[in-house]
Amino acid sequence: MNSLAWLLLGLPLLSAVVIHLGLKRLQSVSALVATASAGVTLLFSIILLLSEGDFITSFNWASIAGFEGIKIGLELDQLSKGMMLIVTGVGFLVHLFSLAYMKYDQAKARYFAGLALFMFSMTGIVLASNFIMMFIFWELVGLSSYLLIGHWYDKDSAADAAKKAFLTNRIGDFGFMIGILMLWGIAGTFTFSELAGGLAASSGYSITLLGIAVLCIFAGAMGKSAQAPLHVWLPDAMEGPTPVSALIHAATMVAAGVFMMARFYTSIGTEVIEALWGVQTIAWIGGITSLLAALMATQQDDIKKILAYSTLSQLGYMVMAVGLLSPEAGMFHLYTHAWFKALLFLGSGAVIYACHHEQNIWKMGGLKKTMPITFITFGIGTLALCGFPFITSGFWSKEQILETAWLNNKPLFLIAALVAFLTTFYMFRLFFIAFLGKSRSEKSEHAKEVGPLMFTPLIILAILALISGFSSVAGIIAPSFKILEFHIGPAFIASLLAVILGFLFAFKLYAKTDEDPLAGHKVAQVFRHKFYLDEAYAKIIRYGQDGLAAFIHFFDELIINGLIVGGFSRTAGGIGRLFTRLQSGNLQGYATLFGIGVLLVIYITVFVS
Amino acid sequence: MSILLILIPILAAIAILSGGKARSIATGAAALNLIIGLGSVFSFDHSVWNFSWQVLSQPSIHLALGFYDGMSMIMVALSALVLFAAVMSGKCPEGHEKLWYSSILFIGAGGLGAFLSTDLFFFYAFHELALIPTFLMIGMLGSGERKEAAWKITIYLALGSIILLAGLIWLVAASGSETWLFEDLLASTIADSGAQKGIALLLIIGFGVLISLFPFHSWAAPAYASAPAPVAMLHAGVLKKFGLYGLIRLYPMVAEGMQAWLSLLIVLLLCNILWVGFVTLNQKRLDMMLGNSSVMHMGYIFLAFAALIEAGSFEANPLAKPAAVLLMFAHGISIALLFMLTDTIRRKTGTVELAELGGLAKAAPRLAFLFGLGAMASIGLPGLANFSGEVLVFLSGFHAYDGGGLGCVQVATILALWGVVISAVYMLRAYRQTFHGPAVKHTDSSHVQDFGPFCQIPAALLAIALLVVGLFPNSLLNLLKASTAPAPCEQAAE
Repeated sequence: MNSLAWLLLGLPLLSAVVIHLGLKRLQSVSALVATASAGVTLLFSIILLLSEGDFITSFNWASIAGFEGIKIGLELDQLSKGMMLIVTGVGFLVHLFSLAYMKYDQAKARYFAGLALFMFSMTGIVLASNFIMMFIFWELVGLSSYLLIGHWYDKDSAADAAKKAFLTNRIGDFGFMIGILMLWGIAGTFTFSELAGGLAASSGYSITLLGIAVLCIFAGAMGKSAQAPLHVWLPDAMEGPTPVSALIHAATMVAAGVFMMARFYTSIGTEVIEALWGVQTIAWIGGITSLLAALMATQQDDIKKILAYSTLSQLGYMVMAVGLLSPEAGMFHLYTHAWFKALLFLGSGAVIYACHHEQNIWKMGGLKKTMPITFITFGIGTLALCGFPFITSGFWSKEQILETAWLNNKPLFLIAALVAFLTTFYMFRLFFIAFLGKSRSEKSEHAKEVGPLMFTPLIILAILALISGFSSVAGIIAPSFKILEFHIGPAFIASLLAVILGFLFAFKLYAKTDEDPLAGHKVAQVFRHKFYLDEAYAKIIRYGQDGLAAFIHFFDELIINGLIVGGFSRTAGGIGRLFTRLQSGNLQGYATLFGIGVLLVIYITVFVS
Repeated sequence: MSILLILIPILAAIAILSGGKARSIATGAAALNLIIGLGSVFSFDHSVWNFSWQVLSQPSIHLALGFYDGMSMIMVALSALVLFAAVMSGKCPEGHEKLWYSSILFIGAGGLGAFLSTDLFFFYAFHELALIPTFLMIGMLGSGERKEAAWKITIYLALGSIILLAGLIWLVAASGSETWLFEDLLASTIADSGAQKGIALLLIIGFGVLISLFPFHSWAAPAYASAPAPVAMLHAGVLKKFGLYGLIRLYPMVAEGMQAWLSLLIVLLLCNILWVGFVTLNQKRLDMMLGNSSVMHMGYIFLAFAALIEAGSFEANPLAKPAAVLLMFAHGISIALLFMLTDTIRRKTGTVELAELGGLAKAAPRLAFLFGLGAMASIGLPGLANFSGEVLVFLSGFHAYDGGGLGCVQVATILALWGVVISAVYMLRAYRQTFHGPAVKHTDSSHVQDFGPFCQIPAALLAIALLVVGLFPNSLLNLLKASTAPAPCEQAAE
């Protein structure tokens, strides 16, 4: 099992390297190599998942005498094995889908090398046995995300989006590294399995500082899982090819923040976290993100953007659950969400592909007839995301989150219920406009159902979107699962009402219309413009950061270079010019003089003593 | 044996000056040096490489060469690598082959000599030897405002060298050591704490000027921007590390004296990182941006040094020295790679103004890949050498932290971490501006050709070095192990 786990990590790297070094010219071969590697890693993940026993294996990556060293290690337990199944499962299906979706792309080899690099990095995060290793792979998924968002880098918008994603994540990672360093000081270790013991042994730490360390670590999760106010990169990341959005920016990488917090909380023990200063903030950030994103989603017109905001909103749910000290609920929702959100994104990919890269839902319509498989599977994904009672997986995981919120924090419960309503509302808005009614453009009129390479992943994901929430399935493959007795309580009533009301509102407003009846409304404008946050950030960067940079540069030139040190060197330069007149005036002369001078000074000081 | 590493480039330079085929001789010599250099560094028995010849008896000065410890080995590997890449890169103006190639070889020989010297006098003298051709090349074959830049770097470095020399002489005198050999010097102690403080300050300022420590940094960027590519590569990549090497080498002698300047040093290094970081952010030209970034990144190595000073000895903070040395190596390789590729961009498109560039990746994908690798290394992406150094630097900053209140080195580490964000901003902006987006007039594929396979060799070599050390930092850390392990007698004392 040990070597299988290392192979799981190594295989995607190998295929990325092989494609990059050798197969750049053989575009189709590289696509098949990457897909085969993804298939094999899926198989390995299944074997590992079904095998009994947890284990940790590691080697010293950077060893220094007198220091514990930085280790690269794999920790296999239910959490990481289940997460691996999600990563390789969605990963393999996305590879399959990409074979068709990217068939005519000029840089297919580069695309598949990027996917393979991503699979490697994500596996590293999931299996990491310590914080430094997690940070290493954390940065590497950032790189693969940068490369894949910027796949069509000659488009300005794609190049900007890639840069924005990387830089926003860097801000989060600034906090992440501080948190890791502080935690190392407090607990004396990076290794997850030794954290609890390390803390117990270190008696003198202050709960305020440990609280700050936890919040700093959470800052990393805010970057990767796009929590407000660092959420702005994720909607822009939709510039990448749609299968990438499904894999990286919906199902797996953006969930890494939640996974990391779950790993951290379960290693350190939630009862330790509970006593710390300020950790309640985490749940609130999750709650606020879920609400803001859901509001923004109600007024988007781009099919991928709507799904992106919905991802933000669902990530907010997960973070909220973790913040309320129920990492199990957060991870369970991560798990169901991965399947149905990948389904929705790949479904949107199929739509975009069929409509010749049209992404505006107002130019679609009537796809129900022309794309029946996509229509049905997308419908199942929509129901799962809305949490349609009993038959969808989303219902069971959302139920746990609402239940947790009800028990621990009533205001957050209200937010979560409101978000559930908004989710149903914006998803059915999308569904009605894109799939029902009449076709609103020539592109969508001529849409044809996609081929089997694309619809097979949709069907598999649709089945998972339905069944993955049942305890008989989740008990085996979910990274984290706690059987909760289902009972009719406030959580159930709230989620039921949310679905019914959300559907009714969406039906009333959007079932039979060719334009958005809310578009002119002032409040809707605010949602449409994402609360003007991007504009505000652009101003902060322009006047804050760049203004400061210009000022400091000016000051540096003027004072440091010009007056203080420059004055000194001008004096010396003046002496030099004096010599110029005496000597030949070329630089060779100066250099010779300098050489002689140095020798003279050395001679006098060393030998004349 | 180690004298070979110095003799080969010097003899080759002499052969070139006396009329040999410049490019072939230089390339051959640098290649031979690279093989011998790496071979000697990774050989099992390092003692065979020692060489010693007493030049003077009063004072006792030796031309003593060899690997004093792992730090020298790593610096020698760095110098040999960058020298080889430098010889092969850049474009020599017609008719100047003699000056061009012999200067490069002399600079390389000076750098190698400094890191191989186990005698303080020659350590200093070899560095001075390397500076003269550096000034000449910038002043005579540089571009842009080369005269002004050459003047500035000459005056700064000359003054720095003289201050440093005063410090070194004081150091030797105060130590009472009979020779200038490192082993004798480091075995002696300086009892007078006033002298320790004074010497420490002279070393910080003298070496500091050579490393472009704030506020003595303004020579660096214009000099690198004007310098011919091989000179920028060798100075920023190799010679700048001389000062850091010297500080770490001599540190045990003035460990107490350094403590008096800890807070000053922390302020200055944070200025290097944050102040110069913002200056870098405002650069409009690729070469100036890189020049400033290299000044900025010196701050991180100083941070490891500050952690060392705080701890009081190598043993008390076992991370500080490996962190600093790893980052010195990584920075040297990555900045050399970036300067080399910037020069390639200048020659292919005719400009390094960021506003005039764009979309170069379409016409030159290999160039874009290698530059991207260098840029990612420089902003500390894991898997590339700089990260291995940086993460150890940050860990060394927190080595003394026990979970209570944060000390000044920890606060400095946190502030320095923001520099990692700043670096990413300017690097990715520049990369986006140069390589991404639609192609423009200067970068159209009808004008611009990608790297040929031959031109790629030096860049690929540096890229491989970044990858090897990034993926297997133990490849260098193992060399350092012997030099950081506590001496057996001290262990017994505990």
